[in-house]
Amino acid sequence: MVLGTYKEALSARSTDKQIQKISQDGGIVTALLSFALDEKIIDGAVVAGPGKDMWKPVPQVAMTSDEVLAAAGTKYTLSPNVWTLKEAARQYGLEKIGTVSIPCQTMGIRKMQSYPFGVRFVADKIALILGIYCMENFPFESLRTFISEKMGVSPELVEKMDIGKGKFWVYTADETLSIPLKETHGYEQNGCNICLDYVAELADLSTGSVGSPEGWSTVLTRTDNGDSLFKQAVEAGIIETKPMADVKPGLGLLEKLSKEKKEKNQKTIDNRIAMGLPVPYKASTEKEDPLANY
Amino acid sequence: MLARIKEFLGMETKPEAKNPEIKEVASEEEVEKVAEEKPKPKIGYIHLSGCTGDVISLTENYDILAPLLTEMVDIVYGQTLVDRWDIPEMDIALIEGSVCLQDEHSLKELKEVREKAGLVVAFGSCASTGCFTRYSRGGQQAQPSHESFVPIADVVKVDLSMPGCPPSPEIIAKTVVAVLNGDMDYLQPMMDLVGYTEACGCDLQLKVVNQALCIGCGTCAMSCPTRAVGMTDGRPEVNGDRCVKCGICYIQCPRSWWPMERIKKDTGL
Repeated sequence: MVLGTYKEALSARSTDKQIQKISQDGGIVTALLSFALDEKIIDGAVVAGPGKDMWKPVPQVAMTSDEVLAAAGTKYTLSPNVWTLKEAARQYGLEKIGTVSIPCQTMGIRKMQSYPFGVRFVADKIALILGIYCMENFPFESLRTFISEKMGVSPELVEKMDIGKGKFWVYTADETLSIPLKETHGYEQNGCNICLDYVAELADLSTGSVGSPEGWSTVLTRTDNGDSLFKQAVEAGIIETKPMADVKPGLGLLEKLSKEKKEKNQKTIDNRIAMGLPVPYKASTEKEDPLANY
Repeated sequence: MLARIKEFLGMETKPEAKNPEIKEVASEEEVEKVAEEKPKPKIGYIHLSGCTGDVISLTENYDILAPLLTEMVDIVYGQTLVDRWDIPEMDIALIEGSVCLQDEHSLKELKEVREKAGLVVAFGSCASTGCFTRYSRGGQQAQPSHESFVPIADVVKVDLSMPGCPPSPEIIAKTVVAVLNGDMDYLQPMMDLVGYTEACGCDLQLKVVNQALCIGCGTCAMSCPTRAVGMTDGRPEVNGDRCVKCGICYIQCPRSWWPMERIKKDTGL
């Protein structure tokens, strides 16, 4: 299945004006983590918080919805959130931890839950995983390089970054700049090129801009946990929704991009296997479903 | 191998596997259910060169420990657990600790256990990878000539490897339930890990980063029991002075091996 197992696909956005203003698209992650904190569904959340350098996030344990809000917005570089789950369980003593994670991070967490060889008393404390769609990720120096060298603007002046319509966009106080995504290719971390998961197939709920109009996000609810949280948030008026059938470009685009990522990266996997390099996944010839994430 | 485990535990006659979906630590109910239905395997616990942390971790399964010890298994051998000096026949031998090549008593016990046990489990990282005993150079009390400590798989054939410093209470509970249910799919990674005896934090660099597999997720750093692994610029950075060579960082890495089917079963996705 090209989008993984999910219960419901909806277009959605936060109804909170402040979240709408500062978050990436529909503000789903920010709204849901804040809601889950307020409702005591989670005790704290591991998020990609602001760090010392602009646009270089640091994993952070957010204990309040204000702290979640301060971490809103996508950072197109690495934030090893999984690392900080242990800190949330140990130093913070949290019993119900929420987190936002990209597909590979979700995979690390789920593997740890199924096989917690050396990880004591963390697996059962992961109460909520909000996954975000991810095509690839950039090391910070890559991001800095193409923003400052190719786009000609200092990262410190950038107020928002975005990927959409085949381009990488940056917004400063007074201008909007973009470069075609093919200009950023080759800057992504190489490990992304064997990843078979675009839509965080193992999260409790996945979200991202693709498929929905500007200012909205496409939400896939997956587990009972994710589905129930989302329904509660909608009921509480925190989030508003539209059926996917009513929005453009629609679920078809999400499916198309997911399929493209899987097919392209399966080729890289096959090439690596042909070269005798290690890969944790199977060759396409050994798979029943060529698009499956294994 | 599979047939052997099944044979030893009398699992050929087991009823249709009931999809043991253990999301967290196996619940008391589940354990009792298993206990009612399955024959009790005879288990021995053998303590070689380790710190006892692994068996302590087993006892940290508070909610299942009592039924585990009284209804699910027969502990037939073990220092401090059973008043018995000769090694009896047993289904499963849990071996904690590496084996010292200069210690003839340890070598003898290990070899004898291998003969008497159906399944030999390297229980904890000292037994499976050598862990911190890998640093030994001898010259310590009580016997200064004891300097060479190796994973038990260097000396005897090992069937399952359960690394961890210590293995978490959860993995122990999950493994016990899997063994009793004859859930061979769950145990497969532990059979595969038998060959992973030379572990080091530097595996993250050699086997993940050098191989273009790292995605900077941070799972390794979360898993490290001694906090030897940090993340710098999205890549693991290992402090060699803190690393105990347990192998857990590499074992937990989503890019070392990937148990998709099990995860789908556990999450229902």
